Amino acid sequence: MTVLQWASAWSAKQSIYALKCVIWVGALIPICRLVYLGFNDGLGANPVEFIERSTGSWALIFLLLSLGVTPLKLLTQQAWLIAVRRLLGLWMFAYAVLHVTSYVWLDYQFDWLDIVKDIVKHPYVLVGAAALLLTLPLAATSNQRAIRALKQRWKRLHKIVYVIGILALLHFWWLVKKDVTEPVIYSVVFAMLIALRWLPLTKKTSK
Amino acid sequence: MLLDNNRRNPSGILPSEITSQDLFEQRRTVLKAAGVAAASLLLPAQAHAAQTLDFQKTAYGKDEKLTSYEDVTSYNNYYEFGTGKEDPAREAVLFKPTPWTIKIEGAVKQNKTISIEQLMKLAPLEERIYRMRCVEGWSMVIPWVGLPLKALVDWAQPTGNAKYIEFVSYNDPRHMPGARIPVLDWPYLEGLRMDEAMQPLTLLAVGLYGKVLPNQNGAPVRLVVPWKYGFKGAKAISTIRFVEQMPRTSWMKASAREYGFYANVNPAVDHPRWTQSSEKRIGAGVFAGRIKTKMFNGYDEVGQLYAGMDLQKNF
Repeated sequence: MTVLQWASAWSAKQSIYALKCVIWVGALIPICRLVYLGFNDGLGANPVEFIERSTGSWALIFLLLSLGVTPLKLLTQQAWLIAVRRLLGLWMFAYAVLHVTSYVWLDYQFDWLDIVKDIVKHPYVLVGAAALLLTLPLAATSNQRAIRALKQRWKRLHKIVYVIGILALLHFWWLVKKDVTEPVIYSVVFAMLIALRWLPLTKKTSK
Repeated sequence: MLLDNNRRNPSGILPSEITSQDLFEQRRTVLKAAGVAAASLLLPAQAHAAQTLDFQKTAYGKDEKLTSYEDVTSYNNYYEFGTGKEDPAREAVLFKPTPWTIKIEGAVKQNKTISIEQLMKLAPLEERIYRMRCVEGWSMVIPWVGLPLKALVDWAQPTGNAKYIEFVSYNDPRHMPGARIPVLDWPYLEGLRMDEAMQPLTLLAVGLYGKVLPNQNGAPVRLVVPWKYGFKGAKAISTIRFVEQMPRTSWMKASAREYGFYANVNPAVDHPRWTQSSEKRIGAGVFAGRIKTKMFNGYDEVGQLYAGMDLQKNF
């Protein structure tokens, strides 16, 4: 019995609740780890870089997870799965905010002049900043009232997530000096998640 | 055929079953690796601590706050052992820095080789505390032990044709997992102009913190040019070549737009990736903030080497 079959034996409401609990616990683990390592001298020689890297990676992972919900729903025909997409998206936002906070606070000590210079002069920082700005309208409209108010426009607005994904990947590609293994892995996963949306297999079942 | 074979080879072992020399050596390496790994689990980290060196203290950087030995030896850029900062300390365990000789060739009276022991006798070993600034925007303060490069150059007797020195780092994919991947054009090449090489600050380091260089820091001998970015400090030097033309260094080949030959620390010339106007001091803590980067990393005495040069162009 797969996890999904097992879950579908429950009511959709129970399944959603259980999955949301799992996501919450999973999402809090990296933060707890950073705090624990921080207090136990475990962040290595360059702790700020460690924190920036870790929060950035998790923002990207949650972005990919949230993009994975739709194809998973199409493949498994479990419509209730869509209910956790917003939570995953919000965790992406949370990690993106932590990522930028560590950059602005721990790395640059709120030296706004230097920060602006860094953003303007370095393409990877610029696309990163753009990606963050684009997450703001999505996070702001992630409540029921906004969904109801915006109707079809909500769907269109939230397509921005694809742009954010591309910018975030570009941010990573330009940041690494020489070894592009990690950005390649994330990019391939991203491309696969996009491609899955166009597969005839998933297309047919979606209607 | 079969009979014939058996007569010549009474044991019946097929040639294909015989382990090739190469494979045999590889297995030995794996076994050794396993042995070393097991040993390092049993022994405290201090067991790796290398022999101490005889050297004289100097006034260089005596007021600086040193970066801890732990940080200096665990946060390294040494792509032959991997691109992660922690890779070199882990992957260089098997690397053997002795015996070691350096080939001297090119525009010299005659080609020759020098052993690491001979090298260490060319001049008295000195401890020099230097700031090291990485192009990635971080810095350390390291008590190097070594001798001025000038001592080796004088011994090498370059001819009038020698305008530059090219440093070739050791490259053996069998012991250097990073060198199996073409992240850079191996072997690692670096270079200096002749007058930069003769500058009294330029050091051939054979140790740090009073002890022999750890493998991850470039054992047995590396270059230290404190007014330039860290990547100029070629590690595990195996050949020193005196040349007439400016060498194309590994990083210039990788991206000439980002890495110039001179690589002088210069807060006014920004790198397309990293801020150069300020830096993070390793070991200062999470909330320490950044410090302003100084021209030539604060070693103003080298300014005259570049008199009349446009350092925006010659970065």
